Amino acid sequence: MLTTLTRMRRVYLDHAATTPVDPEVAELMAQVLREVPGNPSSIYAEGRRARALVDRARDEVARAIGADPAEIVFTSGGTEADNLALRGVLKAREGEADGIVTTAVEHHAVLDTAHDLAAHGQARVTVVGVDRDGRVSPEAIRAALDDRTAIVSVMHGNNEIGTLEPVAEIGAICRARGVTFHSDAVQTVGALEIDVRSLPVDLLSVNAHKFYGPKGVGALFVRKGTRIATVQTGGGQETGRRTGTENVAGIVGLGAALRIATAKRATESARQAALRDRLIAGVRARIPDATLTGHPTERLPNSASFCFGGTQGEALVVSLDLEGFSVSSGSACTSGNTDPSHVLLALGLERDLAQGSLRLTLGRSTTEADIDALLAALPPIVARLRAASGVAA
Amino acid sequence: MTEVVRPGPASPAPAEPHSEDAYSDRALDHLTNPRNPGTLADPSGTGSDANPSCGDRTTITLRVADGRVADVKFRTFGCTAAIAAASVLTELAAGLPVDDAARLEPADILNALGGLPVRKEACALMAIGALRAALVDARVRDTA
Repeated sequence: MLTTLTRMRRVYLDHAATTPVDPEVAELMAQVLREVPGNPSSIYAEGRRARALVDRARDEVARAIGADPAEIVFTSGGTEADNLALRGVLKAREGEADGIVTTAVEHHAVLDTAHDLAAHGQARVTVVGVDRDGRVSPEAIRAALDDRTAIVSVMHGNNEIGTLEPVAEIGAICRARGVTFHSDAVQTVGALEIDVRSLPVDLLSVNAHKFYGPKGVGALFVRKGTRIATVQTGGGQETGRRTGTENVAGIVGLGAALRIATAKRATESARQAALRDRLIAGVRARIPDATLTGHPTERLPNSASFCFGGTQGEALVVSLDLEGFSVSSGSACTSGNTDPSHVLLALGLERDLAQGSLRLTLGRSTTEADIDALLAALPPIVARLRAASGVAA
Repeated sequence: MTEVVRPGPASPAPAEPHSEDAYSDRALDHLTNPRNPGTLADPSGTGSDANPSCGDRTTITLRVADGRVADVKFRTFGCTAAIAAASVLTELAAGLPVDDAARLEPADILNALGGLPVRKEACALMAIGALRAALVDARVRDTA
């Protein structure tokens, strides 16, 4: 039975987890690995060639977000970019400012870093709550600021529920108060237009594998004049802000992937948003008591997320997997945690309802036929799990 | 001097990486085709158990006749493992003398399912807990 299942056409609807590497990007990276052996810090020919590739990628990333190339620091991914932002700013401000203001729906890379700093006496953390749609109020952020606030960190687009946060308003508040503003934008870079010339953000986290680039490489935009210290020590690469020999092939992949994503963005994001709306409307029509999680309109163009009472997310994911769909859930049993996702609980959802969560995130390969196939497969699965649980929906 | 290179024994093909989190085909069959889901209308005994760490819960209703488990049904709010464990347990318990049913253990569920992912073995314990509670309930009601 399973042999045939593994051969069946798969419908991948988990692009918020990761995206497949664009074939052009994979080809470029393979070429770099084969033909560019040099260390970018070496001054002879092989080193200069590697340096030129890193510089070109830096230009590509900078151009995509309206930054100066000198404002781009390459990292090992989104988690490291978030760590560098929080830890680097706190370290630079040691003795004069120690406050971190963030939200209850941030990625663990931000929340756990903030709490780790607090646990070691290096920061005071204020976590600001969100409304039922997952939006944080700029006024609530303003109210959380004090004279010793070093950094505010609010994500741009939520990875679990797709809600877009009002980062422009929050950034303006921070700028007026002279507080450094960081935004984890790993879900939005490549999907939405981001221009740091108009967006008042000082630090912005970027992650290549969310826009059809490789895993293990990302970047932190660091606006000129932002006070930030290095977190790791070593050979002084990335002008001392992120030391360690550059992941040349990965950085080339990051630059190319973002260049391609930016070129496709206008048509692709609109196309995915239309499919997303078809999916949301279709689920609501077929399963009328489904709870849409996240903001109904202010959400990522590729993200639809729901909770289905009387079901458990892990069983939804496994059942859909058997029918060829790759999806995810914030339920406790899928993550290995014992609690449902902190994001779903922050919305004020009951624990039982939060357990029945399902996240569907679309991508370049997603077609209308994929959405319709999912819409046909999902209702009987929800009905079967509800029959087994006997929990009235 | 010429070195003679002999072909060594063919190196074994690298094993396909296998995840400890994978479910057996039998467990998946119980997910897609649960046995005896529901609640008996007039049970001899009802028992429940829950896993407080994740919120999963199972209720078992059963009817005892002539000292045997004559009929048994389950309700589970939970993950694949919790559903599969309760489902297969109704098959294992059906028809057994009540004393034998009370001696069923998590290992019997794991054997019947061809194993569960390591982190999911507590789900088998929950199913057994619900069954034993239902059997105790039946006994108490019978002697009341």
